[in-house]
Amino acid sequence: MTKPLAVPVDEDHVRSRRRSIKDTMLGLAFLGPSAVIFTAFFFYPLYRLVWLGLHQQNRTGTRERWVGFSQYADTLTSADFLDGVRISATYVLYTVPLGLVLGVLLAVVADRKLRGIKVFQTIFASTVASSVAVASVIFFVLINPQVGYFGDVSFLSLSDPGSALRGVALSSVWQNLGLTFIIVLAGLQAIPAEINEAATLDGYGPFRRFWRITIPLISPSLMFLVVVLTVFAFQAYAQVDILTGGGPAGATETLVWKIFSDKEPSQYGEGAVMASGLFVITLGVTLAQFRILEKRVHYGA
Amino acid sequence: MSAGATATGDPTLGPVWKRASWYAVLSALSVLVLFPIYMTIVRALSTPRDYVQRGQPLYPVAVQPDIFGRAWTQGDLGRQMALSAVVTAIIVTAQLTTSILSAYAFSFLQFRGRTAMFYLFMATLMLPLEVTLIPNVDTVQSLGWFNSIQGLTAPFLATAFGTFLIRQGFLGIPRDLRDAAALDGFGHLAFLWRVAIPITRPVVASFGVIAFLSAWNQYLWPRAIVNEAKWNTIQIGLKNVGAANVDEMNIGVAAAIIAALPVLALLIFLQRHLVRGLTAGAVKG
Amino acid sequence: MLADVVSVSVSRVLFEDVTKSFGEVVAVDSLDLEVIDGEFLVLLGPSGCGKTTVLRMVAGLETVTQGTLRIGNRVVNDVEAKDRDVAMVFQSYALYPHMNVRKNIESPLVARHFSVDGGAPRKLTASERSQRITQAAETLGLASLLDRKPAALSGGQRQRVALARAIVSRPAAFLMDEPLSNLDAKLRAETRLELVELHRKLGTTIIYVTHDQVEAMTMADRIAVISDGRLQQVGAAQEVYDRPSNLFVAHFMGSPPMNTFEATVAGGGREGEVTGAAGRVRIDAGPAISLPPVGSRVVVGVRPEHLRSQGHGQQGRQQEGLRARVSAVEWLGYERHVICDVAGRTITLREPAEGQAPNLGEEIYLDVVANHVLLFDPATSERIP
Ligand SMILES: Nc1ncnc2c1ncn2[C@@H]1O[C@H](COP(=O)(O)OP(=O)(O)OP(=O)(O)O)[C@@H](O)[C@H]1O
Ligand SMILES: [Mg+2]
Repeated sequence: MTKPLAVPVDEDHVRSRRRSIKDTMLGLAFLGPSAVIFTAFFFYPLYRLVWLGLHQQNRTGTRERWVGFSQYADTLTSADFLDGVRISATYVLYTVPLGLVLGVLLAVVADRKLRGIKVFQTIFASTVASSVAVASVIFFVLINPQVGYFGDVSFLSLSDPGSALRGVALSSVWQNLGLTFIIVLAGLQAIPAEINEAATLDGYGPFRRFWRITIPLISPSLMFLVVVLTVFAFQAYAQVDILTGGGPAGATETLVWKIFSDKEPSQYGEGAVMASGLFVITLGVTLAQFRILEKRVHYGA
Repeated sequence: MSAGATATGDPTLGPVWKRASWYAVLSALSVLVLFPIYMTIVRALSTPRDYVQRGQPLYPVAVQPDIFGRAWTQGDLGRQMALSAVVTAIIVTAQLTTSILSAYAFSFLQFRGRTAMFYLFMATLMLPLEVTLIPNVDTVQSLGWFNSIQGLTAPFLATAFGTFLIRQGFLGIPRDLRDAAALDGFGHLAFLWRVAIPITRPVVASFGVIAFLSAWNQYLWPRAIVNEAKWNTIQIGLKNVGAANVDEMNIGVAAAIIAALPVLALLIFLQRHLVRGLTAGAVKG
Repeated sequence: MLADVVSVSVSRVLFEDVTKSFGEVVAVDSLDLEVIDGEFLVLLGPSGCGKTTVLRMVAGLETVTQGTLRIGNRVVNDVEAKDRDVAMVFQSYALYPHMNVRKNIESPLVARHFSVDGGAPRKLTASERSQRITQAAETLGLASLLDRKPAALSGGQRQRVALARAIVSRPAAFLMDEPLSNLDAKLRAETRLELVELHRKLGTTIIYVTHDQVEAMTMADRIAVISDGRLQQVGAAQEVYDRPSNLFVAHFMGSPPMNTFEATVAGGGREGEVTGAAGRVRIDAGPAISLPPVGSRVVVGVRPEHLRSQGHGQQGRQQEGLRARVSAVEWLGYERHVICDVAGRTITLREPAEGQAPNLGEEIYLDVVANHVLLFDPATSERIP
């Protein structure tokens, strides 16, 4: 009821509490700017995405009505969405294995002590300097049906629905080559020299050494690349935008393309649902990455 | 790139034919990698119609030596480069600042909810721009930020990747060093500025290079929130290469080459940091 | 010049029932210890016993869970590290890798306030700082290295920079956590002497942590032996060696360690006798001490240098002493250690490396120097006085 008089001030606690309050204030101040950005551009849109998926807007985007999960059910089973997933998945198949094999080839060849090897390493890494847009222009020059150097190679023809996606994919393979090369080379260089020397003393020839020693030891880097290249492939947009515009006959309409190809307000809900689908796919790939990384930690320990 | 630890021996040793054949393989692969770039340069220099009429040879035809200058003026490259430079500078500076600050909070400050906050931050790594783009475009539109610097930069002022990377660096600072600094009377700000940042400079630099790379190369976001040509960044400007009439096509091609130059410079001069930044995810996990 | 460096503050450090726990782990348990102004006190104990934790509490890098910690007369439990007026030398040296030697030595002077000539505490001016840096660098022979970065220094030089950084703030006490453990054996021996010399010059209290008893014995004014977070014994080096207060200290001090075995008191009085499985040992308990009653169980402790082997090679001619079988002989150049099996226990004997060594497997009798035998209570492990 009444306050006790003359409480002895416990200096210890006053001090340590003051310190922890100071830490908390500073922590909030330090995290504040990032937290604001993340809230506005990551968490709030996630909520909006769900909200949009549950509503349908009128043609002008001025009114919306609750449609519940039916929009999810309809959109995720629609031919349009499934088509996008199929095309994106095909794109993954075209880009990831080929990109990986070429990257490993470049890295293995460039990982040796030769005079001037750095020049070759820089050349092999050089495609990291090109953005998706730049790579697309470069391949526009190479495979555009009207003006491209390889414009008449039917295997890559951008004017044929059967081959256009391959042409687009090739630009991605080339563009990601630098990154793949850099990461595989770093993996190779992290292998202690003694391991290779021991294998040589054990009588392993170069090929057996490659399959039995090198590949297992760089497998973490390869796994990482599989994930990154897969995510990149699922996000392909600029290539399509610059090289084909989704054509011919929708043959290069990747998932992301379908989500963003100009939609009128009444289709926002659909776009939102598709974006959620993309999110689930990306999440799946990323979680797989974490599983793999975890395994790797156990392996290393 | 540092010399391979796996490759052993003196570079001048070994049979000559063996070394020669490696050089042959390396050169062949270099040609493969560089061929697209070479053809792009050929195409940029050539007069488009003449080049096609001559059957698209491997060398330039009717060379237009002033093409890069024309691309700069006619293609509005000056403006696009400047805009990209400003946007990139803002994003890189902001990402460095916000990432360093939040990494510091997650490494050296004790407060309630720190772990939960950290997981929330890291959760944003699971949300690629492609997923959140529709609502974000809405947000930016309702703020009236279409065709503006704010609009081009706002979503990228912070990144969990930078927070994560720099935090790794901070956590690598030996405890003794932090204790020594505490005895020296360095408060948090002094420790951050005088010790933590200088010591983790390689990590910070690597992250800065990556931040530059991704900011400069952005495509989807500016494409979504810019609808006036004068707000096109350099990457978006490249889209017009296909839309231009055939006689002007080499302008767009030259623009692509110019657009790649800053990153090429980065690659050549800051290769160490670039490589470290790119491999950070792969090696650290 | 030295006069300037000498500290004038009263720098007793007093632990009153100090406990430190990390969650369940009690790292330091009810420590009562007074570090006298100006002494060189060594905290000695095995790995993980809590030495570093004690030091870090004094430095203000760990909070005190319970009890009172004083520096001088001030209770410092909640004084921040920078305000405690102590300097620490870390095992890793903790030099700032991006700063040159000058900046490293300067770092304790930049942010803190100092009272100059008894005035109110204030920041030092640039010239005061550089004067102090010069002095500290000269004291440790670093004058020519001031512009180098730590990476360009040898281990010994880094160690000196760490010391210079400690003395430059003229603290009330130095705290050193295994500062020599990263040096090679020769440099370590040299630096030991220099540290003692530095302590003599400065007269400042030093609390020095090590698990190396040679360091402890050679440098300490007093040694505090710690085990499992508890203080076992404090005293001058020779005293701790000669009269360990319990079995832990007896085993921990000395290399090879003290031999111990169980026995029964067989004859009382001042000059008594104990019997064990391997034979009889005569004891000269000294004037002030009385033996436990006949028939009590005791643990007998004998240092290796207090055992003599009776002219081996001849057949045992005496029934007194311990019957032992030689299982190994270690040669150390100036001495040898004869390791024997005595009724199932390993007993080590140390003798000069002269004359003929016993053969492996040979049976010998060991004599015990009667006035150096110690007895311990098997129940409490404490020495029986
Ligand atoms: N921050 C901490 N959190 C939890 N336990 C700790 C912490 N610091 C020390 N300990 C524990 O306290 C005990 C004493 O540790 P301390 O570092 O003081 O030992 P030490 O005597 O210095 O050992 P060493 O000779 O190996 O350096 C150990 O059991 C250790 O595991
Ligand atoms: Mg320790």
